[in-house]
Amino acid sequence: MILEIVTPYGSILSEDVDEVVASGTEGEFGVLPGHVSFVTTLNIGMLIYKKGGRNYYVFINSGYAEVISDNMMVLADSAERSEDIDIERAREAMKRAEERFKKEEDLDFTRSQTALQRAIMRIQVAEKASSR
Amino acid sequence: MPNLRDIKNRIQAVKNTGKITKAMKMVAAAKLRKAQDAMMRVRPYSNKMRSILTGLSSGVERELHPLLAVRPRRTVEVIVMTGDKGLCGAFNANIIKEASKFVNGLTSEGFTVSLTTIGRKASDYFRRRHIKTRKSWTGLSGKIVYTNAQKVAREVIDAYAAEDIDEVFLVYNEFKSVMMQNVTKVKLLPIEPFEEDGENRAMVTGDFIFEPSEKEILNRLLPKNIEIQIYRALLESQAAEEAARMTAMENATKNTNELVEKLTLQYNKARQAAITTELMDIVGGAEAIKQ
Repeated sequence: MILEIVTPYGSILSEDVDEVVASGTEGEFGVLPGHVSFVTTLNIGMLIYKKGGRNYYVFINSGYAEVISDNMMVLADSAERSEDIDIERAREAMKRAEERFKKEEDLDFTRSQTALQRAIMRIQVAEKASSR
Repeated sequence: MPNLRDIKNRIQAVKNTGKITKAMKMVAAAKLRKAQDAMMRVRPYSNKMRSILTGLSSGVERELHPLLAVRPRRTVEVIVMTGDKGLCGAFNANIIKEASKFVNGLTSEGFTVSLTTIGRKASDYFRRRHIKTRKSWTGLSGKIVYTNAQKVAREVIDAYAAEDIDEVFLVYNEFKSVMMQNVTKVKLLPIEPFEEDGENRAMVTGDFIFEPSEKEILNRLLPKNIEIQIYRALLESQAAEEAARMTAMENATKNTNELVEKLTLQYNKARQAAITTELMDIVGGAEAIKQ
């Protein structure tokens, strides 16, 4: 099964994989070879793919996914493989977002929330990969 | 006849200018390569997005989607995209000229025009003429990031959804080649029907699981399409600007070289004239002593 991840900054991944687990807007879903044609939107979340018995982790910043005849295509606003994540930067972003919540003066709630979500998810993806 | 030192100073000044323009040309060339690279990288994403939307929107009724619905045209939004900096030939002027023509045309037809500017040059132009703009974005050039395009897109989409504006056009410089930039006008909203582009998609035939519904997915992807169009335009404009700057700086360098040649000739002539007069003086003096 071919997994392809494309962002406006270029193609992140194009690989032959055994299994994919991703977080759609309606919940997590898994894709194995022979999956029925399927279209969904993705949340900020973690995409896990298995290849040769190993797990790989990718951070996905919301997007779209489709599965057509053993090809899985992911279009994301941005995406990073676990090894490309700058964990220090993510931690700083998390701190900034949390501080914004504390200050509370004319807070753009959804914006701060998604920023926080992104930061937390990045850290999770990076930690998951390093704890392997 | 100007004196020798003046000409010499002048030559040095022109040479220095030449050095600067030459350096600027090389910087522009490097930036152009980067911008072109970014343009190439966005292509798979935007092509894919387009083909998905073609598949999705062919089955649905246009009236159901706020971004697809066609309203009677009253207020037309024109987004003018220029650079933040000058020294790039007619790059900014061309855009502004075309945009003004378009705006004047619309006004004379009786439509209300509202303006959004991207880039300092456009915002300066309209401010100097006391033309009100709805929104001005500056500082997006340099490193072009997708989130900036998202911000611009969201602002426009919100205004459109609030029915403040009924149509949105984007005027920008398309990058054709290093020597050619094309002023282009595209309609962003309402979204035109997507045309099938050969790539046959199974989606239309059904047999697909949509999660959430087809409509929901389309609702989420349509704004993304605007974002990507703006992002692409930003990149194109950036590439076109650097290309224009490169050409302009190359011409400027050429001109300084010509000027240096001309001035050197003048300098030599003046030097020779000075030597001749000096010689005449000496000869004259020697003759006087002899007698």
